[in-house]
Amino acid sequence: MTAVADPMAASTGDTVPETVRRRRVLDQNWRELLKVGAILMVGQVFIALSGMPVSFDRRLIIDPILSLGYLSLLWLPLVVGYAVGREQALEGMMAYTKGGREVLAGAITGVLGNLGLTLLVVGITHFDIRDPLVNWSPQLLELLEFEQSVWFGALIWLGIGAATGAAGGGLHWVGARNRRTVITVIAAVSSAAVLESVITDLAQGFHIEAVANWLYAPKRGLTSPAAAVVAGATILAVNAISALRARAAHRLVSAAEASPTESGSTRGGRLSPRRLAGFALTVAAVIVLPLFLGRLTNELLANVGLFILLALGLNIIVGLAGILDLGYVAFFAVGGYSVAVLTSPGSPRFSPEMPWIGALFIAMLLAGLVGLFIGAPVIRMRGDYLAVVTLGFGEIIRILLLSDWLSGTFNGAQGIINIPGVEIFGLTTVRGFEPRSVLYLVLFFCAIAIYVSWRLENSRIGRAWMAIREDESVAEAMGVDTVSAKLMAFVTGAVLGSFSGAILSAKVGSIFPHSFAIIVSIVILVVVIFGGMGNIAGVIAGAAVLIGVLGGPNQPGLLQEFAEFKILIYGALLVWMMLQRSEGLIPSVRRARELHTDELNQDAWLRAQADEADDASNPGVLDGQGPRP
Amino acid sequence: MSSPPMLEIAGLHVVFGGLHALSDLDFAVEEGEIVAVIGPNGAGKTTFFNVVSGMVKPTQGQIYFEGRSLLGLDPNKITARGIARTFQNVRLFANMTVLENVMVSQHCRTRQRMLDALLYTSRFRREEEQVRARGKEVLGFFGTRLTGYRFDQPASVLSYANRRRLEIARAMATSPKLLLLDEPVAGMNPVESAELTQLIGKLRDEMGYTIVLIEHDMSVVRDISDRVVVLDHGEAIARGTYAEVSADPQVIEAYLGRAADGN
Amino acid sequence: MQLTAKQRTRVDWFLTILRVAALVLIGAGLVAFVAQVVDSNNPFARWANPDAINLTGRQFRDLVVAGLAQGAMYGLIALGYSMVYGVLGFINFAHGEVFMIGAVTGAITSSKLAEAGAWEDNFVLCLLLVVVLSMVVCTITAVIMERVAYRPLRGKPRLIPLITSIGVSFFLQNFILVLLGPGTKTYPRMPEWLTEKRTFLEIQGTRLLVLAAAAVAMVGLWYLVERTKTGKAMRAVAEDAEIASLMGIDVNRVIVKTFAVGGAMAGVAGILWGLLFNSVLHTAGFLPGIKAFSAAVVGGIGNLGGSMAGGLTIGVAESLGPLVILEPLGVSGPSQLRDAVAFSVLIIVLLVRPSGIFGERLPSEERT
Repeated sequence: MTAVADPMAASTGDTVPETVRRRRVLDQNWRELLKVGAILMVGQVFIALSGMPVSFDRRLIIDPILSLGYLSLLWLPLVVGYAVGREQALEGMMAYTKGGREVLAGAITGVLGNLGLTLLVVGITHFDIRDPLVNWSPQLLELLEFEQSVWFGALIWLGIGAATGAAGGGLHWVGARNRRTVITVIAAVSSAAVLESVITDLAQGFHIEAVANWLYAPKRGLTSPAAAVVAGATILAVNAISALRARAAHRLVSAAEASPTESGSTRGGRLSPRRLAGFALTVAAVIVLPLFLGRLTNELLANVGLFILLALGLNIIVGLAGILDLGYVAFFAVGGYSVAVLTSPGSPRFSPEMPWIGALFIAMLLAGLVGLFIGAPVIRMRGDYLAVVTLGFGEIIRILLLSDWLSGTFNGAQGIINIPGVEIFGLTTVRGFEPRSVLYLVLFFCAIAIYVSWRLENSRIGRAWMAIREDESVAEAMGVDTVSAKLMAFVTGAVLGSFSGAILSAKVGSIFPHSFAIIVSIVILVVVIFGGMGNIAGVIAGAAVLIGVLGGPNQPGLLQEFAEFKILIYGALLVWMMLQRSEGLIPSVRRARELHTDELNQDAWLRAQADEADDASNPGVLDGQGPRP
Repeated sequence: MSSPPMLEIAGLHVVFGGLHALSDLDFAVEEGEIVAVIGPNGAGKTTFFNVVSGMVKPTQGQIYFEGRSLLGLDPNKITARGIARTFQNVRLFANMTVLENVMVSQHCRTRQRMLDALLYTSRFRREEEQVRARGKEVLGFFGTRLTGYRFDQPASVLSYANRRRLEIARAMATSPKLLLLDEPVAGMNPVESAELTQLIGKLRDEMGYTIVLIEHDMSVVRDISDRVVVLDHGEAIARGTYAEVSADPQVIEAYLGRAADGN
Repeated sequence: MQLTAKQRTRVDWFLTILRVAALVLIGAGLVAFVAQVVDSNNPFARWANPDAINLTGRQFRDLVVAGLAQGAMYGLIALGYSMVYGVLGFINFAHGEVFMIGAVTGAITSSKLAEAGAWEDNFVLCLLLVVVLSMVVCTITAVIMERVAYRPLRGKPRLIPLITSIGVSFFLQNFILVLLGPGTKTYPRMPEWLTEKRTFLEIQGTRLLVLAAAAVAMVGLWYLVERTKTGKAMRAVAEDAEIASLMGIDVNRVIVKTFAVGGAMAGVAGILWGLLFNSVLHTAGFLPGIKAFSAAVVGGIGNLGGSMAGGLTIGVAESLGPLVILEPLGVSGPSQLRDAVAFSVLIIVLLVRPSGIFGERLPSEERT
């Protein structure tokens, strides 16, 4: 954030003798605080006026205490309060011990920021500008006043600002280890609350409804005792895990010291036995779990799976080959419409009523051809022109599907309905009203996509794609036929995308052009980037988190209240990802090495050291093994 | 004399928007030679490499490699014919591992299809093994500098000298007949430079490559080149052995005259 | 340019076929159209599309003028794309959203003015006020956008700011959605003297006003870029930012100014949208934005005059294309394909002449 934009100002301004390691509480960079406070103020007023607090108010995180609505107004001061106390430790600069100064800085920014809410309370009482600003409403006022008086509302927000800001600043004070614990606890409690429907569902499946009943107030988030228990359990887990980690780091370092030139090169697409076991366990869990899940959760997971499929396909184009395709939705549409036209008795001109599997093969073929057709004109273009032209192709396909001209085949805006389900060798039929069977179908194709991505990544063509991503003209000079490699990326991505469309057709039973708007391409791109470009596990995790929690462009996620805000959040997320960590949520091993290289090991080691330093004050948690400096 | 030279260039012109980067260049390399191309900055040396490797299209002229014209071929086709190059400003695939760098450059020597990779056929496994082994072999040419744990390190963490070595290894992995080395020892210390000079000699004597190199370091040029071609303003102003060229008054003027202007 | 013919790969052949096919289709459409106009009973016209509506000269002229008016608007937006691309070398996707914010600002202020009764009485003054306000708001938006999202990414690979700008684009769109609600924001009724058809070639007054406003903005921009010190600095940075900074030019300031000027032009374009269509939605910016970028590419990116010409080209093409080329070829409901036509123009231009019709002006290292 901007709080660290000017680290020099903080150090050059003061004339404290170098021996003083802790700065005086009032020794603040007031201009910086004022600036950050003003930014926070704008942010808080925007959140309030965006309507988030009001529409989230009925969703509770912890039963009587905290609703998502209030949480939306609390998190920003906390984060900014933390950020304002952060300093970049440059070499040669004095590193100060953090303490009361940071708490005060956080509190001041918090108060300044929430001054915006105070002004809002006063403003809403006296003026009515509801005409342009739809959320300038009595409901918002009521919420901000805690259903008390105006003055109560106006003042309490200043207090809340001071408290949350100070808490944010206080995170510096408690030390790295406790900070991690606090953040993990917050994350654990909120995800436990968000996962309410899934966990309830799962509990029903295993016939342990009692647990769910105890954890959650019905439809109202965690109960207070449950929240306390989740928090406690998290603290224990964090401690145990960091102890294990420290031990592992020590072992790693001492092993490295013993044999500095361990020979590597075990890679190349083969898994170690340990990873293989983990992999087998995951597969087993994925196969068994849906049996115990209810309709809603299975439906949700099927949606997530569809996006995993799409994201894996786009990952080949964007993540591996480095081609920014913004019209990926075209392949989704081709898959969906081919299957719809070929299987539905209701498709207008041409309706062979084929079985789904036959239609799927034709859909794959068509998608591959469309991939070639879109790919050929664009592959020689500059990367950014390519992005716009593919976006244009995506739009052209949607417009054509919608048009009267081709409505003889695609039925225009009415779409194609009565698409039969997937008949699997006469054994069973997969239909949308049986989410579990759909989920298995999706999982099967996800498995194919994962296998394809994994095999290709470690093959001749995969290496060629990566070389093109790194430096296209050098790749060409090293003998890579870049044109055909890029075309292959398009075709492979297109075929994987068509799977998803084909499943969507059969799942929903109908298909409309508006399902294939630009925003679908963008959401898939956000998923790929959020998960870490070029990384299979990351892309899967990205889809699970984003689509599962926020929902896809047309599909609800766990937080259905977010429906009208999700594209806003996707946009903000994309910007934030690019600014902060362009390597994504789970950086691929490759990318991690490129971005942090050796530092990873060093990091683990240093963290273990720091934790031990923390432990020196309260021994017993970890009995200080391994080398000490 | 009866067989045509390995690389023959006749009447080559390259014009960038009015600027003659190369004009009327004639040039020939016999099999097994080490030819050095020298000249002041901006003389057109790198442009010459760019043209031979197909990255820049000549405005006029002919290029023959083993008697066949290279004109109009894409760079990858030229690499497939047997010409590989390195770059002056090291351009490795920085985020790929050392081994992957030399594996990818065997692209045009391998034949596996996507289907082989997907079905994990025996052909695929055999070829992957070969590619890996060949990659390790070319890396092994530089002693232990690029082997062992280095195999799996991304190229971006290598030291500058090692990056230069990896560039040469990557070019070797394409199994070329002709190697174009663009300032192979630039930025190296004298010890490293002498060692690499020796290795370049070995490349010709033991591995049988024909080599054209651009170099500013005259001790390297003196030590290994059979012939020297001097470029200035895109024209070849002198050619011959190092001794002949270094005594040529035109060459001295090209270098020293420029230096005098600089003052 | 080059003497040596390139050996053609299969992809090249395919592209040649595509180029030829596109040009043949356009040609066939035009011929069919002309055939219809000349004699609607002529066999070629009947073969092509017997049901095609025969455009009267007046309808044709109206289409051209409508296309020009909309094209002028695209051209003004395209200037922002072109200038930013020239200076920073990336596509600022979010520029279309800046335009939308201008149109929304105009809708809000003008309807407030209409409520106060000033719009009817003092239209010209109100319009000026609305334009200035919209320019100010758009300038601020563009400058904040640069500061927050793009400046930290200076020097990163060009796809990174491009992806960022997509994020900014969707953020701004939904920023307006959640603040102002999903409803349409409408402009108040234009005064009658403006909307009626003027005697001058019977062109609707609003369209004349749009064309005039675009011309004024264009002249202002031309003066700024070609005749002032700021403009000289901008051109220097566009040519080579590093050398410009060595010559004592504050590159950051110049970039901010570039965004500001682009934003101001988008602000004007936003009001023109309001004049032409009378209402605006939060999604109104995306498609015009993409089309304006197409216009910048068609005109040759980095080339300001080219941007305006490209805008007019795209505007006229999407206005005429469906009825003049597609309908004679037998496409039913061609007006639905307007957007597809605009994108096709971009694709065809990039296939046939990748550096745009009027040639691009890019920093030295961008040229290939």
